[in-house]
Amino acid sequence: MYGLLISIGVLLLILVIWMVYRIQTLISVAKGSDKKIATTSNKVNAILFMVFLIGAGGLMFWYSFKEFDNYQLPIASEHGIVTDRLFWITTAVTGFIFILTHILLFWFSYHYQYKENKRAAYYPDNNKLEVIWTLVPAVVLTVLVVSGWKAWSDITSPAPEDAHVVELMGYQFAWDIRYPGPDNQLGDYDYRLTTATNSRGIDFTDKNSFDDFAAQKVVIPKGEPVLFKIRARDVLHSVFAPHMRLKMDAVPGMPTRFWFVPNKTTAEMRQELGDEEFEFEIACTEVCGNGHFSMRRVIEVVEPDEYRKWVAEQEPFIKRNPELVADLPAELKELADIYINEE
Amino acid sequence: MAVANVSAHDVSNHDHHDHEHKDNFITKYIFSTDHKMIAKQYLISGMFWAFIGGLLSVLFRLQLGFPEMDLSFLRPILGGWIDSAGKLDPNFYLALVTMHGTIMVFFVLTAGLSGTFSNFLIPLQIGARDMASGFMNMLSYWFFFISGVIMFASLFLEKGPAAGGWVVYPPLSALEQAIPGSGLGMTLWLIAMTFFIASSLMGGINYITTVINLRTKGMSFSRLPLTIWAFFLTAVIGLLSFPVLFSAALLLVFDRSFGTSFYLSDIYIGGEALPNTGGSAVLYQHLFWFLGHPEVYIVLLPALGITSEVIATNSRKPIFGYKAMIISMLGITILSFVVWAHHMFVSGMNPFLGSIFMFLTLIIAVPSAVKVFNYLTTLWRGNLRFTPGMLFSIGLVSFFISGGLTGIFLGNSAIDIQLHDTYFVVAHFHLVMGAASFFGMMAGVYHWFPKMFGRMMDEKLGHVHFWLTFVGVYMVFFPMHYIGIAGFPRRYYSWTNFSFTDMYTDLNMFVSVASIITFVAQFIFIFNFFYSMYKGRKASLNPWQSNTLEWTTPLHPAHGNWPGEIPSVYRWPYDYSKPGAKEDFIPQTVPLSATPESNLPHENKLVQLEKEIMAEEGDVLVANETKES
Repeated sequence: MYGLLISIGVLLLILVIWMVYRIQTLISVAKGSDKKIATTSNKVNAILFMVFLIGAGGLMFWYSFKEFDNYQLPIASEHGIVTDRLFWITTAVTGFIFILTHILLFWFSYHYQYKENKRAAYYPDNNKLEVIWTLVPAVVLTVLVVSGWKAWSDITSPAPEDAHVVELMGYQFAWDIRYPGPDNQLGDYDYRLTTATNSRGIDFTDKNSFDDFAAQKVVIPKGEPVLFKIRARDVLHSVFAPHMRLKMDAVPGMPTRFWFVPNKTTAEMRQELGDEEFEFEIACTEVCGNGHFSMRRVIEVVEPDEYRKWVAEQEPFIKRNPELVADLPAELKELADIYINEE
Repeated sequence: MAVANVSAHDVSNHDHHDHEHKDNFITKYIFSTDHKMIAKQYLISGMFWAFIGGLLSVLFRLQLGFPEMDLSFLRPILGGWIDSAGKLDPNFYLALVTMHGTIMVFFVLTAGLSGTFSNFLIPLQIGARDMASGFMNMLSYWFFFISGVIMFASLFLEKGPAAGGWVVYPPLSALEQAIPGSGLGMTLWLIAMTFFIASSLMGGINYITTVINLRTKGMSFSRLPLTIWAFFLTAVIGLLSFPVLFSAALLLVFDRSFGTSFYLSDIYIGGEALPNTGGSAVLYQHLFWFLGHPEVYIVLLPALGITSEVIATNSRKPIFGYKAMIISMLGITILSFVVWAHHMFVSGMNPFLGSIFMFLTLIIAVPSAVKVFNYLTTLWRGNLRFTPGMLFSIGLVSFFISGGLTGIFLGNSAIDIQLHDTYFVVAHFHLVMGAASFFGMMAGVYHWFPKMFGRMMDEKLGHVHFWLTFVGVYMVFFPMHYIGIAGFPRRYYSWTNFSFTDMYTDLNMFVSVASIITFVAQFIFIFNFFYSMYKGRKASLNPWQSNTLEWTTPLHPAHGNWPGEIPSVYRWPYDYSKPGAKEDFIPQTVPLSATPESNLPHENKLVQLEKEIMAEEGDVLVANETKES
């Protein structure tokens, strides 16, 4: 019943619009105004451009300032401070050009609207102007690029020797985390060794793997370099730690890396934001299938002492599951047993 | 040269007389070799695809803006993709995103825009009877049509169409175990794209040869309208880059079906380790973006060309810096081939490459900036007529600025680390490539509708359509900048799993409502278009008082375009408001010798030359006629 009423209503509305449209057309033909150029609608359009400039511009400023704390994510890494500064410098430069060009665009549209007795200026070219507005953007861009390039080179430079290594392996649809243990050396892996109990395909004939351990969240120390070794087991994924300003694809068959220095602990950040629930998070930013939107891991940044304590408490893979090294040759087995029996 | 031209015209003249008598429904409307009809076929197909692509985006905007909504009412259309709780299937969500991208980029903004206007305008504006090869031109459309049929069919597969994003990165797109859409859906995607590439190559070859070989007397490259320059360079880009996409697709086909390992390596999926080793997933990205980035300019340049023409005509001013415009388009054409890896800063490729591509990318911003300043200066001290085409052109300039400036953020690899694959990117390319090109297309339709159908579109409806769309597009895409700076990743089905994205439900709802309004507003255009086709006011021969050649044809030009001789060209196309001239426009066909009152000093010297050539022409014509009799 309602459906019927609604459709009748919509039909009537369309008919009314239709009538108005026809009448409007007929009137304009009768008045001969369809042949004129300097019509009211030309004026209305010109005015609307100014209305849009002021209205939309105002809306942009109002929202940008009101929402600043919402869209501006807090920074928790040292290079993040650099890239964010670049971001805001670029915003200032482009924002200025954005506003200037739009004022010109809409002001010209308004000011130079058609007038019957006016004639446009014949102004086909001016080489001096062209050179100016080729060179000025070129110089401005060079400055931006060079500062960006410096930051990029620093960020992508080789990690310091003493960086704490954490391995992140993406798969559908989660991240597996592995730590190298006290030796700071991850054991080898081979995807063909992947089994239900060895989801990372760790090669346990490599003795570097004996002290490797798994974790449910990424625990890292504040103020010390951390190196993420990133890989994927099935399709492309991408590690994204928004507060760390960190992103790097995980590619099957091609390990990648990203190092950084976290500069705020989770506890500090909680205090700063007044949010007891706050966690640093890792998300996936390369479409990987059905569960792409749910690959969450937590990063916990702690004080260095706390970090060392935490590392010492973790149990290696082979201690949790001695089955993993059951088939090793005797010599290696002996070595593995030392780790297994360690208290 | 002149001799060759004249005799060629004569021959085609006879051809077209023969044709006209034989035209029936099929040869006129379906398997037509007339570039004007083919253009209309492209336009209607493009509109159909724009509707489908837009509809898909409305569906996934419903999910993003109203995640709690009960979508059961969509079950009649989407069937099993709506689960028993009335929720959209996440796999199908990805399929929607993928197909929206594929359709909009290739079918609407490449075929719909370039296909329509290159076909329609190249022969008309350079003074040719048709394309260099009318038959190949027809083939080009029908390959596109087949491509469309296959892509359309893939929407109805049980396991859904391709769903790995429009870039279809392997391994996701190579392995059916990874996502259902990578089964038959992906196969059909690849077949459809193969046909599409063949179609655009045949189109491109035609555009290039036609522009080079079939220009009328006097139509030198320095007198070509900027539209033609844009179409010409677009075709060159397409011809050089589409084959690379084909090779990328071909290797993907091998990997999918024949067990090769071009892109696959070290994969453990679905409980088994695959035998593939040694491939590189990043290789595909290089090949894809070698097309993918030039593709942006394939989409954008024609729109910029159309805008140049429409803005100059309706400002009643010459386009400012004609030569600078050509040089910047040439610059963009060349540079578009050496910036592709800025899509891959965090793909794991060598960071040194990242530095190189950052420098190259920001160079390309310079010619783009020059174009913007030239548009602004063209408006300055003009006498602006706000026809719908003009409004859409001004809208394009605005989007080109807004979207172009955010490119400076993304081209900077250090800043891109954070912004890559977030909504900031979505906002960026939808403005600069999507909305700008769409507005170029709209400007073109409104401007050349009288030439296509001999009738005018309704101006007032055009104004309403423009304002709803212009404001609507900004309301949809501007908020996405904030969402992107906040770090929201692309292609997410829902935001609630992460605390950093568990906000902005209001803003997402706003975007969704705006997108629905914008989509509905397009029906004003659809109505205006089809209604005016039959019932619109009869157009005059040159309704916008424009200078270019297409307005010298009859109201309904037949196959062959000009009933008699093809007119010769004596001047550039932008003599608007020339001091001394009586009217505020002087068509390209008016000889300099006929306008002594408005000629510039250097043009007066050309008058003498012009007279000599005309005398020579006369001799040739007489000679030809005597030969024939």
